[in-house]
Amino acid sequence: MKALAVALIAGLVFGIGLTISDMINPARVLAFLDVSGAWDPTLALVLLGATGVTALGFRMILRRQRPMFGSQFRLPSRKEVDVPLVWGAGLFGIGWGMVGLCPGPAFGVLLLGHWETYVFFPAMIAGMLTHAALQRAPRAARSEA
Amino acid sequence: MRHISPSSALLGGVLIGIAAVTLLLFNGRIMGVTGIARGVMEPQRRDWLWRVVFLAGLAAGPFVYTAMIGAPVTIELTRSVPVLIVGGFLVGFGTCAANGCTSGHGVCGLGLLSRRSVMVTVTFMITSMATVFVIRHLLGGA
Repeated sequence: MKALAVALIAGLVFGIGLTISDMINPARVLAFLDVSGAWDPTLALVLLGATGVTALGFRMILRRQRPMFGSQFRLPSRKEVDVPLVWGAGLFGIGWGMVGLCPGPAFGVLLLGHWETYVFFPAMIAGMLTHAALQRAPRAARSEA
Repeated sequence: MRHISPSSALLGGVLIGIAAVTLLLFNGRIMGVTGIARGVMEPQRRDWLWRVVFLAGLAAGPFVYTAMIGAPVTIELTRSVPVLIVGGFLVGFGTCAANGCTSGHGVCGLGLLSRRSVMVTVTFMITSMATVFVIRHLLGGA
């Protein structure tokens, strides 16, 4: 129950932060990505503020044995840079540049009533499900062999 | 577009960082929207409830902002249906292949100085900027 309250507060603060900095506005994001046009540095300042807090905060938190409400920290275990990582990031960037929405803001704008977001969002979920299905397929084939 | 002062941009970023720090300190979780959303699609993991609650909070954020500031939230997005569909699919597929997006790799991973996150962030910045360049300056789009 306490962990659910934390999840709600973290989601709300994230959404408020995205709204104050206008990062839920695709036009603002595209203006940052348009480096050879009328460049808008907002996104860089947002990332600077956010990573400043995480760089300091994460370091202090990870000195603890465990989180306040849980038995262990769930951190990504892989350290190596592999090929899918890079082409996945490349494909993500192409989609981001086409529309100006990434997953966080795609959820953030969901209740604002713009029809475009109701086309984008299911397509994004379909992309995620397609990736998950392709991940499962080779594994299933191996286990049958 | 409304005017955003550098201090609003920094304040928004700091709030996003505080959200990430809160989720890690109390729940031991990385605030990556791709990973959180993907977990909802695997109900057998039985930890989907906090994920749904987090995402609901994220979607409610703009309304809390309006309640506090009194200003409505406006966004500008004019794209054709095919562009929205292809763009959305690439964002969903690409972030899952890359194991994270702007929040997980950008906000959290860069804070941890993870090599994977630096590589992912640099790569999607390059391809997104190249895509905007092609659309706006070669194809003459918006």
